[in-house]
Amino acid sequence: MHMSDALLSPAVGSIFWAGSLGIITYCARKLKDHLNGSLVPLMGVIGAFIFAAQMINFTIPGTGSSGHLGGGMILAILLGHYAALITMASVLTVQCLFFADGGLLALGCNIWNLGVYPCFIVYPLIYRPLVRSGSSPKRIATASVLSALIGLQLGSFSVVLETLLSGRSELPFNTFILLMQPVHLAIGLVEGFVTAGVINFVKAARPEILESVLSARPLSADISIRKLLIILLVAAILTGGALSWFSSSNPDGLEWSIEKVFGKPELPEQENMIASALKAVQEKLMFLPDYDFPSNKIDNSSASDKDSSFVDPGTSVSGLVGSFMVLGIIFIFGFGIKVFKKSRG
Amino acid sequence: MLAFDKEYFNIGFLDTLSYKHSFVHSLDPRIKLLTTLAFILCVVSFPKYEVFQIIPFFFFPVFILSAGNIPLKFILKKLLVVSPFVLFVGVFNPVFDTEAIYSLNGFVISKGWVSLLSIMIRFILTVSAAFLLIATTSFMGLCLALERMKVPKVFVVQLLFLYRYLFVLAGETMRLIRAVNMRAFDRKNLSIKLFVSITGTLFMKTIERSERIYQAMCSRGFDGEIRLLKRYKINFTDTVFALATITVFIILRKYDITNMLGRALG
Repeated sequence: MHMSDALLSPAVGSIFWAGSLGIITYCARKLKDHLNGSLVPLMGVIGAFIFAAQMINFTIPGTGSSGHLGGGMILAILLGHYAALITMASVLTVQCLFFADGGLLALGCNIWNLGVYPCFIVYPLIYRPLVRSGSSPKRIATASVLSALIGLQLGSFSVVLETLLSGRSELPFNTFILLMQPVHLAIGLVEGFVTAGVINFVKAARPEILESVLSARPLSADISIRKLLIILLVAAILTGGALSWFSSSNPDGLEWSIEKVFGKPELPEQENMIASALKAVQEKLMFLPDYDFPSNKIDNSSASDKDSSFVDPGTSVSGLVGSFMVLGIIFIFGFGIKVFKKSRG
Repeated sequence: MLAFDKEYFNIGFLDTLSYKHSFVHSLDPRIKLLTTLAFILCVVSFPKYEVFQIIPFFFFPVFILSAGNIPLKFILKKLLVVSPFVLFVGVFNPVFDTEAIYSLNGFVISKGWVSLLSIMIRFILTVSAAFLLIATTSFMGLCLALERMKVPKVFVVQLLFLYRYLFVLAGETMRLIRAVNMRAFDRKNLSIKLFVSITGTLFMKTIERSERIYQAMCSRGFDGEIRLLKRYKINFTDTVFALATITVFIILRKYDITNMLGRALG
């Protein structure tokens, strides 16, 4: 479920980084406006709780395999969406550093897939309309299962899109979707039952915690439909921008996936304009403004004639010999540092 | 359930590693974060079928590892627990991409295998870079770096809080699980029902703890603002390190050193 650096291209990784960072900043600003002091330690400790709970494995019924909690939905229900997103992002950051779940570049994607969907789409659109302050445990359970299911479907679909846009994998869109969505249907069901169980446990033991979230952040005052539409629009532009960007720089690899998504091989003109605008912004924001090195572009443009023929055997032999040489040099280099340090210490 | 203890101790071990003293440890966290990100971007930016040209990039993790006194075994063990997702996605490349790309003495290698190899090399490089970053930088330092890089304060404070209470709560969880295990004979995993009541209990304890923490914070004058003690400053060594590594990254990204060496020798 976690997206990984190895499957990402720099462009897709950076786009989702920018998106996630933008949403974190937005939430931080919102929280600052009406931050009561007790929320700070509460968010911190609940983050640690989710982290610890994720480390516990449980048996998935009927399969014998084990699973663990995701937690995005639980956080959204317990904390409300702004605080939940910040907390989820912090959990994913620590996870990315200490368990290398995904990697640093993929962190943006992971916050997007596992945080933004449950907190900003599923929670306000599905959970909140279904559950009111006096709802019965059964209703809460149904809403939780439904929310977790949809959240995970959105997340796994997003993983598929990110992988395909990056163009590192050969999996065709249809096969990939058929592999991912049903698996995540099962995972979502389990996640939903766990979410429902925990929420109802909390409701039985300390009902005031849930009540305070439900009453303090009513849907109408806190998140208006207009704002939600803006968020959805930004998400659409991000995905669309990424799609069109790639259709121009990597024509052979992804044409088919765009064809599947939009019904025709090329994207509408204005989306390309958005993409170029995005790219300009992107280049200003990047640490390495020229990370898309020129040699890369040449590779892409000549990719089709290069790929169709054999690379001449000489190149592959020199490549192999060179690789061993380079690895040898790196080994000696590392070993040298150790010896040098020992002789000095 | 030993898995839980193991993961818990692993975090602790990474944490202790980050307090060692070495050249790498003494670098400014911002510099390390930036160079690591530049490294990952460079590695990931290679075209799909590139294998040979990525290999020189191993110099960076090897440098950090040896200069930072990080045990190689620990990182290797971490790498072995390969993210199943990467393998799951990558393994389809040889299936769908069967066109030949290299031939060595009649032995033909298809493009799919090359791109799978490329994905696995990327995986090793990016994951080890992330591990080495946290093994040579304290989490506190990293948070301060983020704060200086204008990441919202609320998020930085959240990270610090999470990390502070992670060990406390994980320790508590470990005791809960041990208690269950003692009574569960050799049942291997928790059932969902048991998991729910354990997490529920844990959550109650968490809430009570956060209330105590809040009261303690208030009695010490907490006013909603957390002030961080900043002691990091980018000095000459940091600048030289950053410039040198990033220059090397760009050279390695632009020129195919591996093939040049191979051609010169072969």
